[in-house]
Amino acid sequence: MPKGLKFAFPILAFAALLGFFFIGLFRDPSYIPSPFINQPAPGFDLPRLQANDQRLTLIDMRGNYSLVNVWATWCAGCRQEHEALLSIVADYNMPIYGLNWKDEPAKAKQWLRELGNPYVANGVDVIGTTAIDWGVYGAPETFLLSPDGVVLHKHIGPLTLDIWRTDFMPLMQEQGG
Amino acid sequence: MIKRVSQVLSLVLATLLLSAPVLAIDPQIPFSNAADQVRYEQLTSEIRCLVCQNETIADSTAALAVDLRREVRRMVEEGMTNTEIKGFLVARYGDFVLYRPQFKSTTALLWLAPFLLLVIGGIAFTVVLKRRSMLPKDIDAPLMND
Repeated sequence: MPKGLKFAFPILAFAALLGFFFIGLFRDPSYIPSPFINQPAPGFDLPRLQANDQRLTLIDMRGNYSLVNVWATWCAGCRQEHEALLSIVADYNMPIYGLNWKDEPAKAKQWLRELGNPYVANGVDVIGTTAIDWGVYGAPETFLLSPDGVVLHKHIGPLTLDIWRTDFMPLMQEQGG
Repeated sequence: MIKRVSQVLSLVLATLLLSAPVLAIDPQIPFSNAADQVRYEQLTSEIRCLVCQNETIADSTAALAVDLRREVRRMVEEGMTNTEIKGFLVARYGDFVLYRPQFKSTTALLWLAPFLLLVIGGIAFTVVLKRRSMLPKDIDAPLMND
């Protein structure tokens, strides 16, 4: 073995290790990839927030691209993203379904009266079992569903119009209407 | 004086020790079946709370941990096997939810890396030893030439 290589090896190994650490610096440890991407959406069958005697199910979400947004009145990030949700509905005509997670329905209704209601409908998940079925671990979370109910994307954290344009819109093919 | 201090200290210690059960995070009533209780405790101490990532759901007071404990309890009561219960969680949250993820193609590097590094280290070690043994014995003796 040439002498130079002998000294180069530990330095290269150390550099590789540093490389791993360096990449690690820029990774968000709170981001956990969802196993549902490109899989059919998990079950959803919950009482509606506004009409408690009716159910909101996946069948209601079929036919169009749609967003499923996990929110609660106790969630600061949800208030932060609320304006963005309203614009996505107003400017892009996107149906958004809410999963009102571990919240008090009265407070949730008041929130929608005060801040405006971007949702087509909300499913009320008081004890959080549907959220577990969807792999939710922190609100806000937003899923993009295809017209036939496949999960195309999941965003964790407050949604902004920039994120909407860069991460969500390219995943949707031309939507009729 | 010193005696007094040590008395007070031991009293404080005793109180702390006795109060430990009060601080239990999981206020649920134990299972009627002891085997199920053990299984429940084992499972919850191997499942990661995803909100507070370095805690298990057995240790965490986060709302999500409470919900996940409830789900695990339900599944244990329904008689699901440990593999089924872990599968339920991995299907929803991915491998990261388990402190000991299953061995498969995506986790192979994670499981094998320590052994791989050990082998590399072992090879380096033997190579160095071999080289050493080939050197003249009186290595400390001053070199005559050069």
